[in-house]
Amino acid sequence: MKFRISKLFFLPICAIFFLFSSGCGNAAGNENGEVVVYNWGEYLDPEAISLFEEETGIQVIYDEFETNEIMFPKVEAGATQYDVICPSDYMIQKMIENDLLAELNFDNIPNAKANIGTQYWDRSEEFDPDNKYSVPYCWGTVGILYNKTMVDEPIDSWTVLWDEKYQDNILMQDSVRDAFMVGLKLNGYSMNSTDAGELETAKNSLIQQKPLVQAYVVDQVRDKMIGNEAAIGVIYSGEAIYTQRENPDLEYVIPKEGTNVWIDSWVIAKNAPNKENGEKFIDFMCRPEIALMNFEYITYSTPNDAARDLIEDDDIRNSPIAFPDLNQFQNLETFQYLGEEADQMYNSLWKEVKSE
Amino acid sequence: MKNNRLTGKLLSSPYIVWAVIFIIVPLGMVFYYGLTDKTGAFTIDNITAVMSAEHAKALWISLGLSLISTVICFFLAYPLAMILANMNVSQHSFIVLIFILPMWMNFLLRTLAWQTLLEKTGVINNILSFFHLPALNIINTPYAIILGMVYNFLPFMVLPIYNSLVKIDANVVNAAKDLGANNIQTFFKITLPLSIPGIISGITMVFIPALTTFVISKLLGGSKILLIGNVIEEEFTQAGNWHLGSGLSIVLMVFIIINMAASAIFDKDGEGSFL
Repeated sequence: MKFRISKLFFLPICAIFFLFSSGCGNAAGNENGEVVVYNWGEYLDPEAISLFEEETGIQVIYDEFETNEIMFPKVEAGATQYDVICPSDYMIQKMIENDLLAELNFDNIPNAKANIGTQYWDRSEEFDPDNKYSVPYCWGTVGILYNKTMVDEPIDSWTVLWDEKYQDNILMQDSVRDAFMVGLKLNGYSMNSTDAGELETAKNSLIQQKPLVQAYVVDQVRDKMIGNEAAIGVIYSGEAIYTQRENPDLEYVIPKEGTNVWIDSWVIAKNAPNKENGEKFIDFMCRPEIALMNFEYITYSTPNDAARDLIEDDDIRNSPIAFPDLNQFQNLETFQYLGEEADQMYNSLWKEVKSE
Repeated sequence: MKNNRLTGKLLSSPYIVWAVIFIIVPLGMVFYYGLTDKTGAFTIDNITAVMSAEHAKALWISLGLSLISTVICFFLAYPLAMILANMNVSQHSFIVLIFILPMWMNFLLRTLAWQTLLEKTGVINNILSFFHLPALNIINTPYAIILGMVYNFLPFMVLPIYNSLVKIDANVVNAAKDLGANNIQTFFKITLPLSIPGIISGITMVFIPALTTFVISKLLGGSKILLIGNVIEEEFTQAGNWHLGSGLSIVLMVFIIINMAASAIFDKDGEGSFL
């Protein structure tokens, strides 16, 4: 899961550029139909699309979204008929419940079962119970990124985000579920809680934290931490790898109270006009070389074990940030869709925090 | 005559098509969503939701900040417009160009640039610390939001005022002086009243975008200050509640309409508008 607000302005340009470049640049394009892909911003190596087009002669029409919540109504309304979409865990569950997804024919996607590790399929069962609708594409954790030169003690807990020493030096995630995940985990609750009392406690913790927070941001955590703007930030593990490359003083940790293990997976829309092409696309993305290409481009952990084996750099292949041994940690959870009522409760509590 | 009218209609038809598709239909959809609930039944809950503590507070802060920004813009813009109006043509077109030039750049990029300037380790603070001066800590506060609003919307105040000032007949001013008025009297009795249409349209053009902005508070306010624009934006992008978002937009429209009605009264000939 990943948010790209600041890149928002470039997306339309990129999308248009993409349409043209894929339309004109490839003489073979279109002879075998097309496939409409709807993915997160900057979440795929563009080279991979060109390779797919060259090999299959299927033209890729590529579109990007910034949040699951923006994607959902567009797919639901069906104004644009997408074939392949890449939502996150809880959103896949919501789409299954709303009958928006088609069951995949895994005979057409042999690379999926062959290359993607069993633990990711197991974890996917939390939102896709029989692994019928989704193929894991990226995964990761949410944790604390800190600047070693700016903190005194070893950091291993969410409580550091409530430490008054770090007033005005903390960056929080500016999205409902991510912020409440931290608040709920801090108090020892499940991050999928729908209990009014537990949520109230989490809300009060977040309100209490607000004076210490420098800013609520989404993907800007990355740039601000690289620029030494703050000491501590809540960040997605995929971004953490990138930030460490740019600023070696940064360190990422999974807090001991537990956190969110998220998965973004490929799915196919129920009304997909090009279902078979979509399956070919997903299969192509599951090839080890292609998955590796994408991993190196976007730095988000790949669930593709075969691709991980191809990584030459030992430090990255065994990186505790990119590929943590999840059995070491307790209370790891994956977001679930909680229903409309609970969603509303979360949203109004979050507004109370933000307007405080 | 008849022919003329026909040509007129023909020439305006592209705009009418444009207006229907991109103004009337979206507006109708905002009203449809704003006045219905998830099941499609009529409700005014989305409108009255503005009374809830968080929404009212957000609206209140938005009104406050945009009012302050408008006032600051006015006091910065008026002297500048007067200086411009008194220059000769070759000089003032250069200055006007300098003023419009930043507007050719994307609004979001300019706001992001301010973020880079104001940050704790930003450009301004680096310069200040080089000279051992105290650091400037206004990023992620309401002051930074006001700064962003004033910076972004100042040209919209300068240009209409300038436009109405250059239209004032020099003879009127000279007549006032002939009759013994000093500079201050001339300004308050002649120049200021004659420039009111420009002032009003300047106020409208600064106040409305300032009231509805969500980007400035997000980038310069660190999302710590919730403006009504942020509430509406989040209803669409995060909460997925288009009905509430539309309902609150309708409330905001009421404030905009009041503002525009006021400017229509003062500016009957549309003199002040520069577009």
